Amino acid sequence: MGLRIVKLPDVGEGVAEAELVEWHVAVGQSVLEDQILAAVMTDKATVEIPSPVAGTVVALGAEVGGVLAVGAELVRLEVAGESSGEVAATPREAAAPAPKAEKPAAPAVPATPAATTRLPSTALPTTGAPIGPPRPAGEKPIASPAVRRRARDAGVDLRQVRGTGPAGRIGHDDLDAFLRGASAAVSSRARVANTAVETVKIVGLRRRIARKMAESKRRVAHFSYVEEVDVTALEELRARLNAANRPDRARLTLIPFLMQALVRAVADFPEMNALYDDEAETLERHAGVHIGIATQTPAGLMVPVVRHCEARGLWDCAAEVLRLAEAAREGKASRDELTGSTITITSLGPLGGIVTTPVVNRPEVAIIGVNRHAVRPVWQEGRFVPRTMMNLSSSFDHRVIDGYVAARFVQRLKALLESPATIFIEEA
Amino acid sequence: MAEIAARVLVLGGGPGGYVTAIRAAQLGLDVVLVERGGRDGGLGGTCLNVGCIPSKAIIHAADAYARALEHAGDAPFGLRVGAPTMEFARTVEWKDGIVGRLTGGVGALLKRHKVKIVQGNGEMLDGKTCRVETDTGPQTVRAGHVVLATGSMPASLPALPFGGRVMSSTEALSLQEVPGRLVVIGAGYIGLELGTAFAKLGSKVTVIEAEERILPAYDAELSRPVLRRLQALGVEVLTQARASGLSDAGDAVLVAREGAATRSVPADRVLVATGRRARTAGFGLERLDLTMNGGFVAIDERCATSMLDVWAVGDLTGEPMLAHRAMAQGVAVAEQIAGHRRVFDAATIPAVCFTDPEIVTVGQSPDEARATGREIRTAQFPFQANGRALTLGAEEGFVRVTARSDNHLILGIAAVGAGVSELAAAFGLALEMGARLEDIAGTIHAHPTLGEAFHEASLRTLGEALHI
Repeated sequence: MGLRIVKLPDVGEGVAEAELVEWHVAVGQSVLEDQILAAVMTDKATVEIPSPVAGTVVALGAEVGGVLAVGAELVRLEVAGESSGEVAATPREAAAPAPKAEKPAAPAVPATPAATTRLPSTALPTTGAPIGPPRPAGEKPIASPAVRRRARDAGVDLRQVRGTGPAGRIGHDDLDAFLRGASAAVSSRARVANTAVETVKIVGLRRRIARKMAESKRRVAHFSYVEEVDVTALEELRARLNAANRPDRARLTLIPFLMQALVRAVADFPEMNALYDDEAETLERHAGVHIGIATQTPAGLMVPVVRHCEARGLWDCAAEVLRLAEAAREGKASRDELTGSTITITSLGPLGGIVTTPVVNRPEVAIIGVNRHAVRPVWQEGRFVPRTMMNLSSSFDHRVIDGYVAARFVQRLKALLESPATIFIEEA
Repeated sequence: MAEIAARVLVLGGGPGGYVTAIRAAQLGLDVVLVERGGRDGGLGGTCLNVGCIPSKAIIHAADAYARALEHAGDAPFGLRVGAPTMEFARTVEWKDGIVGRLTGGVGALLKRHKVKIVQGNGEMLDGKTCRVETDTGPQTVRAGHVVLATGSMPASLPALPFGGRVMSSTEALSLQEVPGRLVVIGAGYIGLELGTAFAKLGSKVTVIEAEERILPAYDAELSRPVLRRLQALGVEVLTQARASGLSDAGDAVLVAREGAATRSVPADRVLVATGRRARTAGFGLERLDLTMNGGFVAIDERCATSMLDVWAVGDLTGEPMLAHRAMAQGVAVAEQIAGHRRVFDAATIPAVCFTDPEIVTVGQSPDEARATGREIRTAQFPFQANGRALTLGAEEGFVRVTARSDNHLILGIAAVGAGVSELAAAFGLALEMGARLEDIAGTIHAHPTLGEAFHEASLRTLGEALHI
């Protein structure tokens, strides 16, 4: 028997390290060639590392949540044959079908089997024991009297608790894990004071979100600007277009209109569609408008990017937003689809509130937040009229965007949205 | 009529009742305990007055006497004893002294916990009210919660009603002299414990059992050493036999056996020990309209009856009629009344039979375990191979362990042998904690003790016995 060391392969351009988010194997387990060993996370995308050879796992290189450098030992395998050495694995990105047209030249090697896509949620740390009957019906759970008493006090049916002890015995730790993870399963018959404290390690996507948000808030000189927009006409237009009810087209939300308006507005305010490199102190103005759409997924906040909106029509934008949001929610979004935005829209949908304070998606310099729209009385021409009103809460990086410019930019957006025809008129 | 209001009313001062009262008082509840006293005992109930404690006293005295007799005849380790005699009246006095100390102790405990004791016959008027006939007149107790703990009483046989020479265990424990010829009806643990004791004290004992073997509640493996000892003591054991009544002269028991002519067994005393029944009459149970389970008050896992805030513990609620079960139920009830979530959910209730040799069982027997359809493994370790047993001159018996084949979870432990009742603690703990064979095998057992046989039996079940 020989030993083989599987190293963390290069998982993407410029990525020097990756966070280990999930082990798919354990020490002592035999693995087949191509069997997934682990999932690592780079730049918001989960990448699965398959085993290059068959063997038995003798050591794991890191714990979940640990960060491994590219080239570091990932797994040590005992393999048949004498030779010992190192092998490189080929990463497999959990990728969605990329746009067909701009697909690079097909690789010479036979295509690997379709990557098994994984839900991001499974890459999150497990904080609780599984819920559901872990033992056959009618079988009494095995637990000491003290555990049984604690379970009773907490209103826990021990039949629902998985015992990790010998013969499936339920220990205090098992009960703790259950109480942490399955508080929903606790009977509500009686209310008891719950003094449980749970420490959850922030790993994976959530850690990236946390770091990125802190970084944005720490390094970007935020200021927000809120303006009221009359979207009565826009809503009418939207309703009319949706009424056509064409099955080949996505239903329009307000977002694609806002995207189209943004394309028009940033043409006049190119400093808004830009990336600020605060180390080099340069502002990178982009001709292409790549709009990030902040999206809530089961794993946490993701920002899929609709590229080249300046080249897309209304329906195209709508369809692409829909496709990317779905891919992000299912964890199928590729790294490319989650990076490269130049300006971001954030919307909480019907939860939109009155005013929000969006956090700039660094290194971008502007983010447009959509609040909830509602019919409100508006004083016009000496009387109140019902108008559909909506706030835009937008934040900017004050280091490179002046308040006056930001206000004018938002006024431009407001003008476009209030007279939606102007969004689509060439010379407006 | 005087009236007392309390949070908890406990009816009956036996092990179930007094423990309920103490625990409830510990938890800050005001408790009234009604105890009627009388022939079957006052505070401490059957257990202290006419059951566990006096019978063990008599058994111990009888044992000591029998041993002295044995040693007088044949000195096993160089001991020479003169002709021993037994002054039975002194024995009874000594036994009564123990009972007196213990019942006094219970009274002191209740007093220390500020439980109010009302002495007299209590009768429930409804689910909250009890009328007690005290020496100083009737008294009414009203309570939020009522705990019924009225216990049980010896069951009689229609053919042999109590009276005259025919007695229950209660009278047997109060005999002032050792009967010359004692016939014991029923070879359960009560009949055999007392029958053995009187045989050792000098009675000519005949045991009559309807089933085909003695101790029908235990498996044959466990009862066999007891049968051998009974025979060695000269006790005649008639199985598959029924007592059909007394002879005309009243000095013999007529015994019918299948395929044989009715036989007359001479008797100075007849002990009917065919079982006990719940005490369901005489305290107004009929007015509570509780759901019954045969002759017992039906309870759920919380020991709650079918009536809100009326609870029942102990023998009144059925088998096994054991003091330690009643006490555990009492604790569970008291804690529930105090607002805790509890059920009576013991994994096992140990049972001990103070025969000679003693028997202790915890959990399932091999047959019971097999009957569940499970693959099992079982092994026993004989005391013949245990050093301590040999030094005690008690090599009869064994410890037997039964476990699941798949995960070695212990399902049952049993032992028969001298002094094995004390092993009940280890056995009960093992089962209650969900021990596997490896847990017992991995526990260091002190040497030289009888408990080593438990260790070895576990090892043997694993196929790893060291001393056999």
